[in-house]
Amino acid sequence: MRPQWQGGGHAEARPAGGKGGRGLSAIVEFDSVGLRYGTGAEVLRDLNFRLQKGGFYFLTGPSGAGKTSLLKLLYLAQRPTRGRVQLFGEEISDAPRAALPEFRRRIGIVYQDFRLIRHLSAFDNVALPLRIAGSSEADVEAPVREMLAWVGLADRSSARPPTLSGGEQQRVAIARAVINRPQLLVADEPTGNVDADMAQRLLHLFTALNRLGTTVVVATHDISLIKEMPGAHMIRLEGGTMVDPTGALKNPPQTGWVEVQR
Amino acid sequence: MLSWLFASSSQRRILGRPAGVSGPTPWLIAIMSFSMIVVAAAGLAVSNTAGTIAKSAEHRYSVQVPDGARNLPAVISALRSARGVSGAEAVPEADMRATLKTWLGSEADNPDLPVPAMASFDLAAGADIAAVERQVKSAAPNATIVAHRENLRPVLRSLRVLQWLALGLVALLAAAAAAAVVLAARGALDTHRFTIDVMHGMGATDVQVTQLFQRKIAIDALVGSAAGAAAAAAVLLLFTASATALGELTGGVRLGLADIMLLLLLPLALTALATWVARTAVLTALRQAL
Repeated sequence: MRPQWQGGGHAEARPAGGKGGRGLSAIVEFDSVGLRYGTGAEVLRDLNFRLQKGGFYFLTGPSGAGKTSLLKLLYLAQRPTRGRVQLFGEEISDAPRAALPEFRRRIGIVYQDFRLIRHLSAFDNVALPLRIAGSSEADVEAPVREMLAWVGLADRSSARPPTLSGGEQQRVAIARAVINRPQLLVADEPTGNVDADMAQRLLHLFTALNRLGTTVVVATHDISLIKEMPGAHMIRLEGGTMVDPTGALKNPPQTGWVEVQR
Repeated sequence: MLSWLFASSSQRRILGRPAGVSGPTPWLIAIMSFSMIVVAAAGLAVSNTAGTIAKSAEHRYSVQVPDGARNLPAVISALRSARGVSGAEAVPEADMRATLKTWLGSEADNPDLPVPAMASFDLAAGADIAAVERQVKSAAPNATIVAHRENLRPVLRSLRVLQWLALGLVALLAAAAAAAVVLAARGALDTHRFTIDVMHGMGATDVQVTQLFQRKIAIDALVGSAAGAAAAAAVLLLFTASATALGELTGGVRLGLADIMLLLLLPLALTALATWVARTAVLTALRQAL
């Protein structure tokens, strides 16, 4: 892999591995946020936090803690049932539905199950965000080729997802998520389906992207992955709420904690 | 405005469908288009027939002379001298007896049968029928004038009912086609739900997603409508080639240029309807999701 990609897009350049602090502008703000599905119990409760622009965040917690639900709020697949969510400095909790696509184009998503479109080639999968954003075909070719080379799949551009290995599919999914240089990258267990070596390589991709200014949020159970990013911040969820950082997760000690609004 | 019809190959690939026309929708639209055009043609032919009959009867009158042939020459003379009257002629007795044979059989030829005398005439538009009637009654006091349109009113009413029935059937077929398109659009949405979700996640607008389906359904509808129209035209030409069949169907009335233009517009209208319905159905379904 060649992490020297410098393609255009939404993200702003910033020093790598930024630390949380009130002095930096927030890209995400949650204020007393709760989420329930239908008439069930709340799966997320009283979430108060802010993520700084250009930060690198790990979202951890046991299965069923609400990590995926929190990510859904971040990438606008769900609206909070209560509380206030701000993205990119704008209130989106009750934003009109027609306004959401513009926000979504500034967010890259890496799904746990990749969510690649099976009948499209790797090239077309990666090109999809650009085409949705209205880029002409002439403007799609070069960035997609460059991006596929960046994730080490230059020679697999015409392959369809079912013919790719799990790691290759994951890299296509990542290439697709970052082709637009999103301001916010959200990844749900991105290393859950790949071996340790591939997990390291994927983390390096995220790090490179973070250095280019993208705020990265990675949901993971993988402690070793977290250890690799000493400058990253952590969000730990248990039972749908954020928990005391000094409690359940003490490792890695070098990791900073997400700023929690009191 | 119609740029959505000209999607690039990359846009067409997104839904992963085979190129060109496929699936049951074009067949369904073709059947609807065929039925609509045939029914509409029949309705227009009936309308033209009713119009022709009404026009021919509009100024035509009959004079019934109960006193028989004795007063008929005086009645004819009175008619011919009346203002606005033309074509005043006595109905030959042989014709009257031939008509009566329908009910009386051979008795209609009995010379003792008192056959009523009858004359018919045309009255110019705006002429005073009351004045004509006064002149006729001066010649034959018991004579009565009957407007042909009064006799034909039940027939014309039936033809108008048939005409409205044809219009109703065309509307019903259009509604059925629209319902089929809604089902097809919803089916396509369900089939491609995954792709749509992924596209929405990347910031695709409802209109962008809708255009992928709208274009496909518009092409299916256009091809189906054209095929149905071609089949209907062949059937109608076959009927018009057979004078007997045409006579039975339409009373010998042919379709005019305006009628043919109207029929040619039907497939285009059906295509526009299908496209609009598909767009509305897809947009409505998409709006139910975030």
